[in-house]
Amino acid sequence: MTQILMPALSPTMTEGKLARWLKKQGDTIKAGDVIAEIETDKATMEVEAVDEGTLTSILVPEGTEAVAVNTPIAELNGGAGAAPAPAAREPAAPLPKAEDHGAVAATGAAKKEGAASIPAQPAAAAPEKDWGPTKPITVREALRDAMAAEMRADPDVFLMGEEVAQYQGAYKISQGLLEEFGPKRVIDMPITEHGFTGMAVGAAFTGLKPIVEFMTFNFSMQAIDHIINSAAKTLYMSGGQLGCPITFRGPNGAAARVAAQHSQEYASWYAHIPGLKVIAPWSAADAKGLLRAAIRDPNPVIFLENEILYGQTFDCPTAEDFVLPIGQAKVEREGSDVTLVSFSITVGLCMQAAEALAAQGISAEVINLRTIRPLDIATIARSVRKTNRIVTVEEGWPFAGIGSEIAMQVLEHCFDDLDAPPVRVCGEDVPMPYAANLEKLALPRLEQVVEAVRKVTYK
Amino acid sequence: MAEAATRKPRGKGPKEPAMSRDELLRAYRDMLLIRRFEEKAGQLYGMGLIGGFCHLYIGQEAVVVGLTMCTKPGDQVITSYRDHGHMLATGMEARGVMAELTGRIGGYSKGKGGSMHMFSREKGFYGGHGIVGAQVPLGAGLAFANWYRGNDNVAMTYFGEGASNQGQVYESLNLAALFKLPVIFVIENNKYGMGTSVERASASKDLSKNGAPWGIPGEQVNGMDVIAVKEAGERAVAHCRAGNGPYLLEMKTYRYRGHSMSDPAKYRTREEVQKMREQSDCIDTARKLLLESYGVTEAELKVIDDEVKAIVQDSADFAQTSPEPDESELYTDILIEAR
Repeated sequence: MTQILMPALSPTMTEGKLARWLKKQGDTIKAGDVIAEIETDKATMEVEAVDEGTLTSILVPEGTEAVAVNTPIAELNGGAGAAPAPAAREPAAPLPKAEDHGAVAATGAAKKEGAASIPAQPAAAAPEKDWGPTKPITVREALRDAMAAEMRADPDVFLMGEEVAQYQGAYKISQGLLEEFGPKRVIDMPITEHGFTGMAVGAAFTGLKPIVEFMTFNFSMQAIDHIINSAAKTLYMSGGQLGCPITFRGPNGAAARVAAQHSQEYASWYAHIPGLKVIAPWSAADAKGLLRAAIRDPNPVIFLENEILYGQTFDCPTAEDFVLPIGQAKVEREGSDVTLVSFSITVGLCMQAAEALAAQGISAEVINLRTIRPLDIATIARSVRKTNRIVTVEEGWPFAGIGSEIAMQVLEHCFDDLDAPPVRVCGEDVPMPYAANLEKLALPRLEQVVEAVRKVTYK
Repeated sequence: MAEAATRKPRGKGPKEPAMSRDELLRAYRDMLLIRRFEEKAGQLYGMGLIGGFCHLYIGQEAVVVGLTMCTKPGDQVITSYRDHGHMLATGMEARGVMAELTGRIGGYSKGKGGSMHMFSREKGFYGGHGIVGAQVPLGAGLAFANWYRGNDNVAMTYFGEGASNQGQVYESLNLAALFKLPVIFVIENNKYGMGTSVERASASKDLSKNGAPWGIPGEQVNGMDVIAVKEAGERAVAHCRAGNGPYLLEMKTYRYRGHSMSDPAKYRTREEVQKMREQSDCIDTARKLLLESYGVTEAELKVIDDEVKAIVQDSADFAQTSPEPDESELYTDILIEAR
């Protein structure tokens, strides 16, 4: 004897009306036969038999309202070999309650993000490894050298994007790579970001290690579904089976006088996503060491460059094996009165501000985040425990920006160490204007950083 | 499509049937496994053991079974969220698929993916994708990897006629043709994208010609006939393996069930569904052919029916006894730990 149960016809259905029986007692039923109609608040649906046999009794007459899901509604005398419905042997497992999920999430969050992971007392940061001799190179050269070195080391690494090959790169980042590696590894793409980003992610699923250049990150919005839904989430959705070793790189943020659609800061957008790593280098050494690490990393990495930095020159280690760890911030300048935290081009602004503040007798510590996600909150907290004051500086918009996240984490980790509320210096909360004077006003300025420091130091 | 029920076995030559007896028996068994598996999944859904979305493949079995018979090890398969049939066809275990549907640790994704998100690198199955059309450039990327590595494997990339209107599908057709990628674009035209008929969604009257602007050869195939599917699949695979670039197959098929479990299916008549079931069903057609033209006996088919029933019952039992994932799994598999 097999019981036929009131089925759930949608994820949210708990009860329904048994509107009509299409079979009567004594009827022979085959799998797939429509036996009844059920009405819910949303729709009328048919119930199909999953087992075969003879309908021996109808337990719930038609027209009955509010029949709870899993109530036995009829009984079937199974034919020879008919498998009994599992329901007859075992009650359905209760659906987990929403509160259960909440509790799990809270436990997990505490476990992952808890202050316990950060030393309670200020401890010295591990000193940056000494890579020996350096030479001055531009950020542009550093990026190209990083890609060339990784492509020499690993035949699975290739570069694709618009104008990366024959044109030598829209911003000349890939200069010379086509000559060295040939058209199979330095591949020009048509202007079709959604398509080629998906294609690169598919290739990465098989173990290849694509570097996808976006001419600028503004165009990554065309492809953002593949970056988030396909690249970032598949490892989790596959229970750890299918990784996606891919690097998305290109200039991010404001260039100069290209207006709203071509001047946007994406750090906050991508840093929001579990499953992505987000890097934003400032110096040539950051660019080279971190791009090499990004290409080697088995996860999808967003590598946010800055067009204005491309031509700037910094000392960079010459060691063949130079690479920097993802997830470690760098204290660019030590100080004792205030912590300035920034990334990408505004690290330079903070360095200028620190210089100006020194002249006023204020000692500023400058932290170059290098990696946005995972955020090196330990280095920030260590600094704040020393200076008791923090100012964040970024080109991005203030709402739900990186500064907001840092301020919140500082509150979570070292609230008692603060002598003043954190202050954010951000891009203005407007689309980027074209006019030269307005554009200047929309981006963080030196005097704003100095003013913010004066505010937190009450000077 | 209705002619399928009475069609005689045929092949390229006048004598040789398109499928051997063993092949058709195998196809029958694989189609039946998908049918019975999906019926059971529908049942477990009704009992509240499967949650969320659950898109059943019932009616369309001949498409994936016929095409999978054309593949070889190393070939890749990728599809949308209506994916249980594709997984079983590639040889993934019924147990692992059903346990994923019930959200248990024994599922292919440890219960973290669900109906729409399962993968098996071992079987060349790359998902299981929940965003309509997203699997198409991903499939082109699987083919790109074959092109990059210089092997002769092909990437079977399935999508519905609803997805065929997505911009990224046309971007993929262009990219695949541009780089001569070994990808077979399979449009499973089951006539309805959720509740919108193909006539109301697509100005293109013959989807097999959707690759024509890029010079991609296309065919319309009776997707309710596993022999016709396999024949077309062989032509497509040969074209791709020879390095001639992509190929497009429009499979005219039909789903008997709703778009998902919560679909009242009021956009079509019961008579339409009934007519397809009675006149064009791929399993009935294969069964009739086996009995009447291939000399297979009822007893032989009964053995297959019993084997399939046992596999499905076992998968359902496993899917209910396998435990839910441990709470510690919440924070695993987000990133691969650096080496």
